[in-house]
Amino acid sequence: MRAYIPSYQLVTPPSLGEALDVLAADGGVWRPFAGGTDLMVLLEAGKLPHKNYLNIWNLKELRGIEVTAQHVTLGALTTYTEVQQEKVLQEEFPMLCQAASETGGLAIQNRGTLGGNIVNASPAADSPPALLTYDAELELISLGGARWVAYHGFHTGYKQMIIRPDELLTRIRLPRSADKLQHYYRKVGTRKAQAISKVCFAGTAQVRDGKIEDLRIALGSIAPVPLRCVKTEDALRGSELNQPAIAQARAVLANEIVPIDDIRSTSNYRHQVSLNLLEDFLRQLSA
Amino acid sequence: MGKQKAHIQFVLNGETAEVAFAPHKTLLEVLREDLGLMGTKHGCELGECGTCTVLVNGRSILSCLMLGLDAEGQDVKSIEGMANGSQLHPLQETFADTGAAQCGYCSPGFLLVAEELLKKNPNPNRETIKEALSGNLCRCTGYIKIYEAVELAAARMRGEEMELPRASVYGLE
Repeated sequence: MRAYIPSYQLVTPPSLGEALDVLAADGGVWRPFAGGTDLMVLLEAGKLPHKNYLNIWNLKELRGIEVTAQHVTLGALTTYTEVQQEKVLQEEFPMLCQAASETGGLAIQNRGTLGGNIVNASPAADSPPALLTYDAELELISLGGARWVAYHGFHTGYKQMIIRPDELLTRIRLPRSADKLQHYYRKVGTRKAQAISKVCFAGTAQVRDGKIEDLRIALGSIAPVPLRCVKTEDALRGSELNQPAIAQARAVLANEIVPIDDIRSTSNYRHQVSLNLLEDFLRQLSA
Repeated sequence: MGKQKAHIQFVLNGETAEVAFAPHKTLLEVLREDLGLMGTKHGCELGECGTCTVLVNGRSILSCLMLGLDAEGQDVKSIEGMANGSQLHPLQETFADTGAAQCGYCSPGFLLVAEELLKKNPNPNRETIKEALSGNLCRCTGYIKIYEAVELAAARMRGEEMELPRASVYGLE
């Protein structure tokens, strides 16, 4: 049943400065509200415990995509539709575009935001594994100033993050790589569209002369947080692309993920599919 | 949100509209309850079914997940704004021609998403249509007639002749 609406508060500040004033005045009371594609669902279902919301949808400071020689920087309010349309993302960060295209349907993609996908902090979100493999960085702003933090390490536990209550996520920055990367992204859900992931896998690698020079692996829905799988990466970095290496990597990944049973899948299924996706990723790498 | 009503001005189906409403209301509720436009349907209200879809600045969004407040200054189109006077939109005609509407509850959402698709891509193939409509659920038609209606409308809008797919309308002959 829907929540009792009059107990909720919503304010709409006209500028970033005024939004930060609100966040600073009553630290922890106000929570940012962007496209609403997660929060409105909880509200309708009567499962939205937090009561005070800061509507940031109109903040122009949080929009736009900037491309420099070193980085592609996306405003936190960049929608999934805008992600898919950006040429430089299609060419250099294709997994982010794929994740955006597989999140919800068209109407969700027109409204849902990349920043929202990060701070909603669902371990089943589709863009975080791609962002983790691309070494994304986040800009957090408060009245005290701005800081850039690595996205890897941003989530510290289930729905726990290092962002402070007086801070707002304003931008997401992706470092451009001169190296030729191979990309592999796969979401496994109940149906191809409009489904929430059972398992989501993102991997990039640089391969030379049959050897993996460098790689990144991140998975969703298999731990309390979107997980960058550094142990599996370490096991594979510098190794030959052959069956023993794949078998060893599967064994390492098996100990690195901690999937659970829930309404969408079982621990056992997620475990098996994660290892199979890793193997598929490695087998598809061209030497 | 207090007891004070929100007051917004926006463009609704091509005309300037002003409306006052309780500030917590969704755009869906404002359209139906405060503006009396019942064409936009309440479905799951959880962002799963797509029947409450409207176009905001030409893009489909789910009106059950958008606050009415956020419509301030925007250009909103609901199903009531799809026909031009008594002249139906080609999609509305082909939905009728192919039997793409049975109970009709999902039709407003499908029609508006399809309108956005055809504006972006006048000649979509079946896969593209399926992907664009994947956020909308229909429990009557099995979707085939909806895909055919979109293909037929696209062809007519390009000025091409296309046969009504008789097999799916009348059954295998």
